[in-house]
Amino acid sequence: MFVTVLENISLYAIPVLILVVVSVGLLRKVKVYETFTEGAKDGFTTAVRVIPFLTAMLVAIGIFRASGSMDILARVLAPVTNLIGMPAEILPMAIMRPLSGGGATGIMTGLFTEYGPDSIIGRMASVMQGSTDTTFYVLAVYFGSIGIRKSRHALSAGLIADLAGILAAVFITNIMF
Amino acid sequence: MINYVWFGLIVIGVVVGIATGNTQAVTDAAISNARTAVDLSLGLIGVMALWLGIMKIAEEAGLIKKLSNLLKPIMVRLFPDVPADHPAMGAMIMNIAANMLGLGNAATPFGLKAMKELQTLNSTEDTATDAMCTFLAINTSSVTIIAASVIAYRASAGSLNPVEIIGPTLFATITSTVVAIIAVKMLAKLPKNKASKPAPIVINETE
Repeated sequence: MFVTVLENISLYAIPVLILVVVSVGLLRKVKVYETFTEGAKDGFTTAVRVIPFLTAMLVAIGIFRASGSMDILARVLAPVTNLIGMPAEILPMAIMRPLSGGGATGIMTGLFTEYGPDSIIGRMASVMQGSTDTTFYVLAVYFGSIGIRKSRHALSAGLIADLAGILAAVFITNIMF
Repeated sequence: MINYVWFGLIVIGVVVGIATGNTQAVTDAAISNARTAVDLSLGLIGVMALWLGIMKIAEEAGLIKKLSNLLKPIMVRLFPDVPADHPAMGAMIMNIAANMLGLGNAATPFGLKAMKELQTLNSTEDTATDAMCTFLAINTSSVTIIAASVIAYRASAGSLNPVEIIGPTLFATITSTVVAIIAVKMLAKLPKNKASKPAPIVINETE
């Protein structure tokens, strides 16, 4: 029930939002068409400005992923993660989560195939996927769009939050299932 | 921090790649990811244009201002350096709301619009302000209420109860967001980050 309501919100949100904005705009004497094009023309420059930042980030992440470093890192960290109740199989996904959204999704679906989505590993991977976002991607795109190069404490805060999300996912999955 | 992380990813990647015989894979990944970055960026143009256009209408119609007023008490506390009626507030609220509903397509344009507005309060060109760091931390911690794509993947993998992860995911994502806010506020107080903080721009509010 609750889920159906929320799914419907997701379904209708965009068309309804567009409808409301243009209707209220017209009622308040906004020249809706002209105003839209005025705002929309920034779309191109913003997107183009992101390119160098995203390239830098994705190339570094790509090199790291392709090198097989992930498996080595997972092996090194395994004794620690065992202590907190995180199965070793899920560790690569935890490392991948802040680096690459597509990569983490790939690992998650791989775990589903191997262990089943309703196994403890499958459930933990699901919770982990939804609990944080792809920190490096968000940082590159958001800061890149306005040319911010010195990110100060943004990355540290983002990674601390990722760690908290991963630990929370491990904790809650072990308790609830 | 970001310089060391970036350097680390590349150096470890190349060295390990050569040592484990994955040299060709490393080369391929570097080239293909450079292309992916451009594809992703250019892919933003359409949705950016759409939502920036809608946002502009909402702004002119006074809707954004109304929305900012509604959430003023929370926003002012999260972003003390941003004037309460600044356009950045409205854009940040739209971004967070879109993220909560899982509307990633709309969230990014709103977020980038918010960054652009925050940049008008920045006295430097290339250094992030405290407000930018806070906004980014909230965004990276994800505030999605329903992880719709995860549920879809679970369903297609044959889960008997694909939605059972909604409750625990909500717990984990709230934890990460709360930690993000605490962390970003505490890190901002470190001497190093205080020293690098861009000088504030004084705004004349004589509209």
